[in-house]
Amino acid sequence: MIEHSEPHIVPKKTYYIVFATLMILLFVTVAMAFVPLGPFNIYVAMAIAITKAVLVVLYFMHVRYSNRLIWVAAGAGFVWLVILLAFTLADYSSRGWIKVPGK
Amino acid sequence: MSETHSSLVAHQFDDGVQQKQATTLGMWVFLITEIMFFGGLILAYTVYRIKYPEEFHHASKHLDYVMGTVNTCILLCSSLTMAFAVHAAQEGKRKLTMIFIVVTMVLGAAFLGVKGWEYYTKYTDHLIPGPNYDLNHLWEGAGLLPKTQLFFSLYFAMTGLHAFHMLIGLGLMTWLFVKTKRGRFSKEYFNPVEVCGLYWHFVDIVWIFLFPLLYLVDRSH
Repeated sequence: MIEHSEPHIVPKKTYYIVFATLMILLFVTVAMAFVPLGPFNIYVAMAIAITKAVLVVLYFMHVRYSNRLIWVAAGAGFVWLVILLAFTLADYSSRGWIKVPGK
Repeated sequence: MSETHSSLVAHQFDDGVQQKQATTLGMWVFLITEIMFFGGLILAYTVYRIKYPEEFHHASKHLDYVMGTVNTCILLCSSLTMAFAVHAAQEGKRKLTMIFIVVTMVLGAAFLGVKGWEYYTKYTDHLIPGPNYDLNHLWEGAGLLPKTQLFFSLYFAMTGLHAFHMLIGLGLMTWLFVKTKRGRFSKEYFNPVEVCGLYWHFVDIVWIFLFPLLYLVDRSH
């Protein structure tokens, strides 16, 4: 179950590259907020935020170099968040689709 | 007992590697509960933003996106220095670990300073929800949108909870600094540095989402 391996030391260069990418994405997300995309602004902003979060999780939080149990744990957190959001929004967005008599 | 057993390994573990993996997994399980914690607020935000898009659009313009950007830069830098602190601990460099912990703390405190200044300007602008809330003096169209307080309620709840996590993070860093100074960590044992790093990066990730959600609600018009 638990893999036995020596702790992986990530080279400093990797951290610098990830950090530079995060900074570039930050300025892209600020710039994109000023571009009129109508309803798509939020999708662009969230896509960039998710990319940044994935970079932090994989490299700064060492998940990329961790065992599979950590992958499952990190993935589960994300899946449950999606369930929380998707199911609630499915409810809110579909209200009023079917008319309830007397309401 | 295996021969790798030393005083650094608690008796329930086979060896240091297993102990480290258990510690890391434990922190991740805690972080999942934190995802759900912030997830509830993000859900509330999403539901109300869909319901009151105009209110959110106009209210969000009264947040200072420059301050928000500066704060995001500060937090990303602090994540880099935290990663370096863990890196130094992995290599058993005690002095360097201490330096990076202090730099991370300074950046964390700077973030809270900027946040505090923003809260103060919201106070002087009467944008704190409650009896003194008043957006009309800043924007004459506000009277037509009575639910703008909702945005600021969520703003204070989300950033407030995040700031509280930053304070806890600073407390953890202080504790790590003392432990590192006393020479409790080595190449073989640095688990607390590693998992406190995980916590710090997680708080950074929360901000990565809060920043565009709160400060960057379509600024093009």
